[in-house]
Amino acid sequence: MKVLVCMSVVPDTTTKITFTENNTHFNKDGVQFIINPYDELAITRGLELAEANSGSVTVVHVGPAENEASIRKALSMGVTDAIRIDALAIDAQFVAEQIAEIAHGYDLILTGRESIDYNGGAVCGLLGALLNIPSANVVTEINYADGTFSFTRDIDGGREMLSCKGPVVASAQKDLCEPRIPNMRGIMAARTKPLQVLPPKDLINASQVSSYESPAPKSGVKLIDPSNAQELIHILRNELKVI
Amino acid sequence: MSVIVFVEIDNQQYKKSSLEAICYGKKIAQTMGISCIALSLDTLSDTATLGTYGADRVISLSHNAAFTSDNSAQLLADACKQLSAQIVVVSNTYTGKSLAPRLAVALDASLATNVISLPDTNGGFKVKRGVFSGKAFAYTDLSKNTKVLAITPNTFDIDNSGSSATVETLVVSAEASKISIDKSDKEMGKVPLTEAEIVVSAGRGLKGPENWNLIEELADLMGAATACSKPVSDMGWRPHAEHVGQTGITIKPNLYVAIGISGAIQHLAGVSSSKTIVAINKDPEAPFFKAADYGIVGDAFEIIPQLIHALKN
Ligand SMILES: Cc1cc2nc3c(=O)[nH]c(=O)nc-3n(C[C@H](O)[C@H](O)[C@H](O)COP(=O)(O)OP(=O)(O)OC[C@H]3O[C@@H](n4cnc5c(N)ncnc54)[C@H](O)[C@@H]3O)c2cc1C
Ligand SMILES: Nc1ncnc2c1ncn2[C@@H]1O[C@H](COP(=O)(O)O)[C@@H](O)[C@H]1O
Repeated sequence: MKVLVCMSVVPDTTTKITFTENNTHFNKDGVQFIINPYDELAITRGLELAEANSGSVTVVHVGPAENEASIRKALSMGVTDAIRIDALAIDAQFVAEQIAEIAHGYDLILTGRESIDYNGGAVCGLLGALLNIPSANVVTEINYADGTFSFTRDIDGGREMLSCKGPVVASAQKDLCEPRIPNMRGIMAARTKPLQVLPPKDLINASQVSSYESPAPKSGVKLIDPSNAQELIHILRNELKVI
Repeated sequence: MSVIVFVEIDNQQYKKSSLEAICYGKKIAQTMGISCIALSLDTLSDTATLGTYGADRVISLSHNAAFTSDNSAQLLADACKQLSAQIVVVSNTYTGKSLAPRLAVALDASLATNVISLPDTNGGFKVKRGVFSGKAFAYTDLSKNTKVLAITPNTFDIDNSGSSATVETLVVSAEASKISIDKSDKEMGKVPLTEAEIVVSAGRGLKGPENWNLIEELADLMGAATACSKPVSDMGWRPHAEHVGQTGITIKPNLYVAIGISGAIQHLAGVSSSKTIVAINKDPEAPFFKAADYGIVGDAFEIIPQLIHALKN
């Protein structure tokens, strides 16, 4: 079984998000970058399935050379080889079109449910459509038997079980597995594993961020006396009329 | 040219998020001087009521396909082409988000998800999106002729203008689906977290899963959906689908009540867009109080019963 995992590299979750150049650029100063948390799940489940079916896992990342440390981390988790498409990721559509160029010949393609920076939640469906293969969004279970993949996915207000033959693309949601932590042997092995760098395909942007904005700060908390908590209900009901 | 709004049906009713989408679509259609068409894959008997929310035409698709993502997207794309769609509006629900990317490819459109503003069409097409899991917003220019927008529930008002629509059926087709739905489990009558107007959420301060009956009773009385912090779902006290925050679900209810949650940056990221935030925590230094509109410093096990009591009166 050949598995391809799409991996994005994002600011660490504790990062305070600020912008520079008149709010047109994300301020990377002092920011630590990590593998997108959902993509760690995709990598881990990809590895488990490949190991059980004498397969391999390739990681693909669209991004600059400075993100190679995260790619090496993926390799140290047990990934077989990696591809970096040397371009700045403009949006989900740009990323998906770049990945579609190299995504043929895999049985299973995995992405994260969303990247925690761009939050498009779109690469999975885009790849499905570009490659004309089925897509299963937000999956919490992936199994494989007798040539058929089966998935459990979150739907609005519940869940759904799906099945199909490969190739198929699915996006990883929490509960899929526990992320694998690289061991010393993996870290040593990762140094010499193949990491292929490819030039991007020329594309016209579908979108472009013109500026960013931070949420307005809260004006301050109004404290309610704990011995008179019903005051809260009064406010919610009669002043704010939200309940 | 038209604005097409994809309408979702749940439990034999149009979803509230879909009514928001129609009102949103209508506003764009008016600005651009084109018509607003509501499309659904299923038919309800009261189709015409969609007109009262602003749809000029209501179209049910006639097809014999399965409701899988590849299939539904093809059916919708076929309809969008037949109706010369310029803008396609869907809700940023799991359903909407599984269709929107496939639609964007089929229509060679620009795609924007998590949209929280009407487009600015002065000399282009710019929308505001939520990014960095609630920690920021991005003004994004969409450059292709056709646009697919997934709009965040609970962001746009519903107005019932009382106008009326024509009701039609359109024949569409799709290739056979390559994926099959084997089983579907839905909790009937329960509002999904992303669409809930009120959310009652609890963290490790609740001590253990056995205490969630308090949270559920409070939520029921408030007509709220329930949510939780990451450690609570990690420990299996609550299902993962309730986990909100930067690595969970990002929500935007009118009211978010956080009980026994410290207010870590990753948690706040996913909930800080809520219109009103209430924090209940026994530690006056809990960071949540800096992000809240109302706060009660106190023991959850004393406060919740008081709230329940007040709601029952
Ligand atoms: C990569 C990464 C991603 C993360 N993503 C998320 C995420 O998406 N969502 C998320 O929630 N967290 C996330 N976290 C975890 C986050 O950093 C916090 O650890 C977590 O939010 C804390 O959960 P909590 O507030 O329930 O628990 P705690 O931090 O233990 O807080 C419990 C609170 O309850 C209060 N309390 C205790 N007893 C009572 C009582 N009887 N009555 C009232 N109050 C009481 C305490 O004062 C305390 O403030 C992430 C962490 C990492 C490293
Ligand atoms: N730059 C990138 N390179 C490779 N994969 C990516 C990139 N950006 C996003 N992805 C994949 O697409 C998923 C969803 O991203 P998004 O659509 O941006 O929310 C991520 O979890 C990754 O699996």
